[in-house]
Amino acid sequence: MIKFDNVSVSFSNKKGQLVNAVKNVSFDIEDGEILGIVGTSGAGKSTLLRTVNQLQLPTGGKTVVNGVDVGGLSGGDLARFRHSIGMIFQQFNLVSTKTVAQNVAFAMEIAGRSRDEINRRVPELLDLVGLADRADVYPNTLSGGQKQRVGIARAVANNPKILLCDEATSALDPETTNDVLRLLKEINAKFGITIVLITHEFDVVKKICQRVAVMDKGELVEIGDVFDVFSKPQHDFTKTLLSHTFDLDVPERLTLDDAKPLVKIIYNGEKAEDAIVANVVRNYGVDVNILHGKIEYINDKPFGILIVQLIGTKDNLDNSLDYLSKNTYRTEVLNERN
Amino acid sequence: MNETNYSDLFDNLLPAFGETLEMCGIALLLAVLLGVPLGVLSYITAQRSICQNKLVNLVVGFFINVVMSTPFVILLVLLLPFTRFVVGTSIGPEAASVPLGIVAIAFYARLVEGNLHAVDKGVIEASLAMGATWFRIVTNVLLPGAFSGMIRGLTVLAVTLVGYSAMAGIVGGGGVGDLAIRFGYYRYQTDVMLITVLLLIALVQVIQTIGEKASRKVQK
Repeated sequence: MIKFDNVSVSFSNKKGQLVNAVKNVSFDIEDGEILGIVGTSGAGKSTLLRTVNQLQLPTGGKTVVNGVDVGGLSGGDLARFRHSIGMIFQQFNLVSTKTVAQNVAFAMEIAGRSRDEINRRVPELLDLVGLADRADVYPNTLSGGQKQRVGIARAVANNPKILLCDEATSALDPETTNDVLRLLKEINAKFGITIVLITHEFDVVKKICQRVAVMDKGELVEIGDVFDVFSKPQHDFTKTLLSHTFDLDVPERLTLDDAKPLVKIIYNGEKAEDAIVANVVRNYGVDVNILHGKIEYINDKPFGILIVQLIGTKDNLDNSLDYLSKNTYRTEVLNERN
Repeated sequence: MNETNYSDLFDNLLPAFGETLEMCGIALLLAVLLGVPLGVLSYITAQRSICQNKLVNLVVGFFINVVMSTPFVILLVLLLPFTRFVVGTSIGPEAASVPLGIVAIAFYARLVEGNLHAVDKGVIEASLAMGATWFRIVTNVLLPGAFSGMIRGLTVLAVTLVGYSAMAGIVGGGGVGDLAIRFGYYRYQTDVMLITVLLLIALVQVIQTIGEKASRKVQK
């Protein structure tokens, strides 16, 4: 288990000003989970992540991994501790003068594994990430996605308990991102490795994380189940972060027509699969005009947003709005009704 | 202008060429043997580097700066006692190799340090994250990564040394450059000067070509 206990990190930047990159952050990461830390750049998420393997020392509080205060480690203890934590990076950070196989072997050499073991395990690892045929090429001949796969093979070479991902997909195109995320998910399921992933894209979190921590200006503003945070963001910053998913734009002329209520229906879980809209039409005799909508699947749970215009008599409209607010996750009327 | 005795000139030219190669060769060897470790030391002990040590960094930096900022002719004379202590004599090409070697070490240390700085910091961070020691990072990441640049640096150094070696005449070091000064300049034998300079140009060209080929070959 990783425990951030009131962690703060401050350092002076090049201009000599004191920067408080991380401010009093406390939360736990459970064994075997995939946790995402999201925030805009400069939110301190990268700095916080680096306290897990002491690439960054906290200036206040402590980061505790499986009962060990990471900040207290040095020398051989720190080296051994780091062997049990893999890390992948946005820019992949492969050794350009080593081949793919040598890059993976490097991690095992550092951990003091025997030649025999290395020779046996490296092909297995390359097989795992689907690069068995590229063992002897140099990284500069690989695509971004392939480089990250090598990075992953290298990071899990010593059977770590924890895998840290520092914007691991930010330099990749959407399709390659999905491939890499799938691979991470597979590794998590197969080996039970705890994955801590930082990203500025909520989409990445949505795809593989079980829980998410939201950071803004060095502070932890929200943490919880991805589905909950996504469907019910508590903090303004989280709402802003999610706005591109929630703000389905409809033309202004529609919101101005206040005789016909414009309703945003958010539904989740099992109810997303019920025929709620059809019920409204059938039971209350209103016409429903669908203007916009989308459904997201987070951890296989559906989460939908629909913008509809209701047309009918006042009573019928009131009844249907009442039904909607009772039977959906959230119902909002977007235009003022008189 | 004196008459040039060409057979006399060529009798002098060949040994002088040998002396130039000897002086520069020894200095280059010293630069590789000691300049590389010194450059690495300067890099790794710098602030926020992988083996931070303020004192060592300061001392190394001071040594390099002193050697590089002292005019070579002055260094040649200043180092005479040290030279006598090391090689037992203060005249001849071996004696000239000592100050030349010291300059080469300092100069190359700076060049190596510069090349190390060009190695991707992210890869160093990744190595640290894997639990690598500074020594392993130096041998597996830094030096291989800087290798091509270091060869190019060695070329620059060799060419510079050929120029510096002309001043070795002051301690009787000999060499082609010295020949050019003594015969061509002091004796007003312009043709001798021309021949020796052409020879030096040819030598520099050969060094440059070999250096670039080698550097390109090792680049990944």
